[in-house]
Amino acid sequence: MRQKLIQAIVDMKEAEALALVNEMLNNGIKAMDVLSAVKEAMDIVGKKYEEGSFFLPELILAGEILNQISQLVKTNMRDAVKTDRHGKVLIGTVKGDIHDIGKDIVTFMLDVNGFDVMDLGVDVAPEKFIQAIKDFQPKVVGLSGFLTLAFDAMKDLIAEIDKAGLRDKVKIMIGGGQMDEQVKEYTGADAYGKDAMSAVRFAKSWIGG
Amino acid sequence: MDSKQITDAMFEKILSPKDPQGNDLAFISPEAKKQYQDNVTRFKNTIEFKKTDRVPVTVFPSMFPLAHAGITVQEAMYDYDKCVSACRKFVLEFQPDCQFGAAAPGPGKFYEILDYKLYAWPGHGVEADHSYQCLESEYMKPEEYDLLITDPSFYFRNFYLPRVFGAMGGFQMLPPLTGTLEMYGLAYNYIPYGLPPVQQTFKALFDAGAEALKWAGAMGAFDGEMAASGYPNILGGFTKAPFDTIGDTLRGTRGIMLDMFRRPEKLIQALEAMTPIMINMGISAARQTGNPLIFIPLHKGADGFLSDEQFKKFYWPTLKQVILGLIEAGCIPFPVAEGGYNTRLEVIKDLPAGRTLWMFDQTDIIKAKEILKDRICILGNVPSAMLQLGTVEDVKDYVKKLIDNVGKGGGFILSNGAFFDKAKAENVKAMVDFTKEYGVY
Repeated sequence: MRQKLIQAIVDMKEAEALALVNEMLNNGIKAMDVLSAVKEAMDIVGKKYEEGSFFLPELILAGEILNQISQLVKTNMRDAVKTDRHGKVLIGTVKGDIHDIGKDIVTFMLDVNGFDVMDLGVDVAPEKFIQAIKDFQPKVVGLSGFLTLAFDAMKDLIAEIDKAGLRDKVKIMIGGGQMDEQVKEYTGADAYGKDAMSAVRFAKSWIGG
Repeated sequence: MDSKQITDAMFEKILSPKDPQGNDLAFISPEAKKQYQDNVTRFKNTIEFKKTDRVPVTVFPSMFPLAHAGITVQEAMYDYDKCVSACRKFVLEFQPDCQFGAAAPGPGKFYEILDYKLYAWPGHGVEADHSYQCLESEYMKPEEYDLLITDPSFYFRNFYLPRVFGAMGGFQMLPPLTGTLEMYGLAYNYIPYGLPPVQQTFKALFDAGAEALKWAGAMGAFDGEMAASGYPNILGGFTKAPFDTIGDTLRGTRGIMLDMFRRPEKLIQALEAMTPIMINMGISAARQTGNPLIFIPLHKGADGFLSDEQFKKFYWPTLKQVILGLIEAGCIPFPVAEGGYNTRLEVIKDLPAGRTLWMFDQTDIIKAKEILKDRICILGNVPSAMLQLGTVEDVKDYVKKLIDNVGKGGGFILSNGAFFDKAKAENVKAMVDFTKEYGVY
């Protein structure tokens, strides 16, 4: 049944996946074991996205299936399935910009690739980033921005991080809409990634895993 | 007249523009008149892959003209004269072959009167010097598909509009217009118009309409003035891909993508219901303005958003119908492929030759030329980052590369790739001037 559940999720068969979870719980299978199967399915979903056979709709539906299963088993995957996390990544869309699709994909992909991700959301003020760097102590900070206004917001934020004495504690990657290598130079970030997979590659190269 | 003759007739009229009184437009000089006519003809011939003197060049910015003139987006939204004078400075200083009007910031007071909630705009969720941004959400509930499919206009008026405009709450009380049939019982249909919430909504609409008219006067005067100075605006209106209509404004990205799995038949029926409406939206705008070019911003069909299969099943069929329907009426569809469209080129290449104009941003434009050949005119694609952060030399090198590779054989208009808010003026200037110099055939 574990295998069937994994298959149902990977095949994007939402109703079947939820029915299987209910059946497993009724048969006395523990929440932890259900969630470990779900985790395995999510890893496959992530791989398929990397390979280019899955796209945004599959990631959104997978996320939705995961949420519903978490509600059914009344616990979330993070608490139930202890995985060795490679390291921490802090992520957010910079001040003035409220776009979230790209950021959410990167968060999903970092998560399924074993990173401990804290997502600050959109239109995040520099003070909030800085406080989170102090509290969460990430090794990598990912800045997202869709609009050209994000160029200056990123540059200003990175200058603030520097001023707070935190710049050498984190590697900073940027991505989204109109970003490129030139913007990376301008903002003082360490890397620019054109897609979610490059974000994963940078995080792996800086943190390991 | 066949559809091509309708297009030609529209251009004939554009070549002899009128003032608001219906008299021949007074150009500021004979040179301005010649420049105007040359610019229109060059644009048209390029789209149709006919021989021209050089590669046309245009600049299609977002809020850049405002920043360049030293005013904020907010000022431009509330002071139409300021907006127009910033756009005038932009056109006269950079001298593109065609201009795209002063309408980008829009009328702030109008949005306020209606209490528009779909966007954050300066003073309403974003800073004074920032562009407006969409507040995507699930404005249409998944169980409302049948309502939308059965009668899209009724659904929009009674359900969607009251959710995105605070001032349109009264619309929820209105009966369908199709209830007006016979004398018997007729008045029952009109009771809601006597109720205070409905009357308040209409009051707001009257005020909003008056403000829109005031704004449109300023916009129209600007286009007339620019035409008289030699700079045509051939933008005729806008419409959308049905998938984006539902995905951007009704169901949201998340909603529409879940619907692809949960209720694919309903989604396709809704896309089909919206298709004739999207076609008519473009055609009626073109008839009103007399301009054939219909702007179609493309969002959720870009590379990475959908698989090939999903694109061909959900996105392309109805967009293709919109494009063909516009062409049939003599319009020139102007799809703007935001993001990348590399994986879609093979799908779009079979559109009627010489009848559309496609703007590309992060698409490999040289590869696009190879695939689209002499069928589809390409407009693009100097990157926003280069315009803001690069040097004049960077821009010239890029323009040269575009003209050498994409300009070959015509069917290419040089432009920026994405709508931009900020740039170095000298880079924008170099983009235009160097095209005029190097792009001579």
